[in-house]
Amino acid sequence: MSYETLQIIWFILIAILWIGFFFLEGFDFGVGMLLPFLGKKDEERRAIINSIGSVWDGNEVWLLTAGGATFAAFPHWYATMFSGFYLALFLLLVGLIIRGISFEYRSKDANPAWRNRFDWMIAIGSFLAALLLGAAFANLARGVPINENMMFTGNLFTLLNPYGLLGGLTTVAIFLLHGANFLGLKLEGELRERVNGFAKKLWIAATVLYVILGIFTYIAGFWNNGHINPGVIPIAAVIVLLVAGYFINQKREGWAFIMVALNIVLTQVTFFTMTFPNVMLSSTNYDWSLTIYNASSSQYTLTVMSIVALIFVPIVLAYQGWTYYMFRKRISTEKKSLVY
Amino acid sequence: MDPITLSRWQFALTTIYHWLFVPLTLGMGWFVAYFQTRYYQTRDESWKKMAKFWGKLFLINFAIGVVTGIVQEFQFGMNWSEYSRFVGDIFGAPLAVEALLAFFMESTFLGIWIFGEGRVPEKVHLASIWLAALGSNLSAIWILLANGFMQAPPAASYVYNEANGRLEMVNFFALVGNPKAWIFIWHTLADGLAMAAFLILAVSAYHLVRKQNLEFFKRSFQIGALVGLIASALIFLGGHTMGQYMKEVQPMKLAALEAIWETEQPASFSLLTIGDLSGKQEVWSIRIPYVMSFLACNNFECEVKGVNELQAQYEQQFGPGDYIPLMVVTYWTFRIMMAFGFVMMGAAAWFLWNTRKKDYENAKWMKLVPFGALALPYLANASGWILTEMGRQPWIVYGLLKVEDAISPNLTTLDLWISLIGYTAVYGALAVAMVKLMKKYAVAGPDAAMHESVDVAPSLVGGQD
Repeated sequence: MSYETLQIIWFILIAILWIGFFFLEGFDFGVGMLLPFLGKKDEERRAIINSIGSVWDGNEVWLLTAGGATFAAFPHWYATMFSGFYLALFLLLVGLIIRGISFEYRSKDANPAWRNRFDWMIAIGSFLAALLLGAAFANLARGVPINENMMFTGNLFTLLNPYGLLGGLTTVAIFLLHGANFLGLKLEGELRERVNGFAKKLWIAATVLYVILGIFTYIAGFWNNGHINPGVIPIAAVIVLLVAGYFINQKREGWAFIMVALNIVLTQVTFFTMTFPNVMLSSTNYDWSLTIYNASSSQYTLTVMSIVALIFVPIVLAYQGWTYYMFRKRISTEKKSLVY
Repeated sequence: MDPITLSRWQFALTTIYHWLFVPLTLGMGWFVAYFQTRYYQTRDESWKKMAKFWGKLFLINFAIGVVTGIVQEFQFGMNWSEYSRFVGDIFGAPLAVEALLAFFMESTFLGIWIFGEGRVPEKVHLASIWLAALGSNLSAIWILLANGFMQAPPAASYVYNEANGRLEMVNFFALVGNPKAWIFIWHTLADGLAMAAFLILAVSAYHLVRKQNLEFFKRSFQIGALVGLIASALIFLGGHTMGQYMKEVQPMKLAALEAIWETEQPASFSLLTIGDLSGKQEVWSIRIPYVMSFLACNNFECEVKGVNELQAQYEQQFGPGDYIPLMVVTYWTFRIMMAFGFVMMGAAAWFLWNTRKKDYENAKWMKLVPFGALALPYLANASGWILTEMGRQPWIVYGLLKVEDAISPNLTTLDLWISLIGYTAVYGALAVAMVKLMKKYAVAGPDAAMHESVDVAPSLVGGQD
């Protein structure tokens, strides 16, 4: 395969990894943020955690794989982004650490204060992660200061611009909604009713923020940063989000979940389309941007990695999909049936 | 402190911390899988109890390895961006494969194992713990292959591309077949088994001394002693083989860990060497003749090059600079690692020998010795890694890139202080929670572990199920 084809394939593969991560871990983050607000009793909180208990770790691996694949396929992208977003990523890591450890440790002691502390750490960790990932992607869409040596020249406050913050908050809202829809599918009884009430309110917040973000992106011209016009994809993303509102009101959780999931996927597709072939846009000078051509690995490495991906991605997708099928049943808050 | 020193401290602290937990995960997974298999074959409830009890400790430990592992993967780009640019074409590949092949397997199947009992077919549940254990060990293999490239880059695997100033992969199989890495893998996977064995020995002894669940813990103790002995022997063989490779690929590290200033033939082994304050010169030493030649070449004759000769040689080859690692560290970590390794082997053999007796739980040494021995694999393991990584200095990729040229140029000291203090605080808190839970579940014993719900305090649990 030609070098250029390989570079495009790996751009698409990394986009797919991020899409998978936002789609899957998106509801995990949402569930995490909802946990202390939705669960009043200990059994309820445990049931909420168990809805993602067997899958959150596997979902998080999508992020690790996206990181690893970026390192392998586009070392300069990995190097510039990770060193450039240093403190933001540090906070993201702290968020992921306190969230991950809390899933495992919160029920290993009966002391209510212990459990409550870990529940809040799950919520705060999920919030931090969602906020920072959203802000990071908004900044990637907007462009960040990069000099002629591919070095990021800003700092944490460079990322905390209005557009970045709006991107972060919108991501938080969408993930909250996504999590609420997921819980609507996994819980039963009173808890299921309660989560539907949450979803209605969250839908309003998420939609408002999402539309503002869209308008901001359009007016600022960020959609025009790459070589491909995303066209109707962002419009479709807005439409599915509106349709999700209808299904939430109808209490048709499955469809509501699918619609918000589609919104997340289409948003990511929009992002990667409008940035292509840039991977990190330089706001200092457009010509200093990192692209799939100047940031990539050698042809040999991309070929080897393609073969590896061709073999293992289908296997991973098969067994991860099978896990969801295995644990498809709704979770009751009855103590006897709960796995602690 | 300057950014290089801060970045190095951060990498060292986070990596050593991460690696306090991971080896136990690597080893304990196999134990739990074995116990559960025995239950599956024999239907003997006590095997099930063993899988449950040791499985609980496995999980408490596992969680920390997972959450601190994300930091590891991100750090290369965050703190060592110039390194990532220079070797990303090669180093990124094993990392990506690790995530794709090992992390998914480990996390997905562990999820099935934790939540799947009674929900998935028993065979699937059993297979899932084997796959989780295999996944974590596979991840260790891939990261050690990546590390192997930093330690001893196989000449056939890469070329230096002058046009873009980086290393590029030309042969994936040379990278994956790096013999130095495979010795490390052998050494490290055996170390995981030993660590798990010594944890089992310590916890079992605690209960045996108190006459609790005698049968359960005697069986555990015996298995722990047997595996501990085999694993320590494998560690020793791996380490010994490594010494001979080091002579070829990293002669400076070999000289530095032995504090050999001048080339010797045959080379003696230093029992105690005192250097001057600069650490660059020997003041006084006690040495055993021939032994170092044996460690380095498996015979009593060969020449071992000294630090001074190598320094001169490197200056010619790579230009002026200091190519000598911090000898006080390499010298002592090597001794701690080796001494503790030997004590581990001896201790495991002795424990095993004593299990012949019927009432060995009454022996006085049972009160403290197995518990104290638990520190051995942890200290030996940390020392070994400090030796490996600091013995490579000033190189980050041996002979190809220096540490000082590898850091992220955009980071300020403030950035680095924030993250260094932040990680230290978070990791410290994790350790407190982890030790608290480990202790609680280890002390509560197997009956409490059989109950899934709420808490291990029997008064709370007994009424529930």
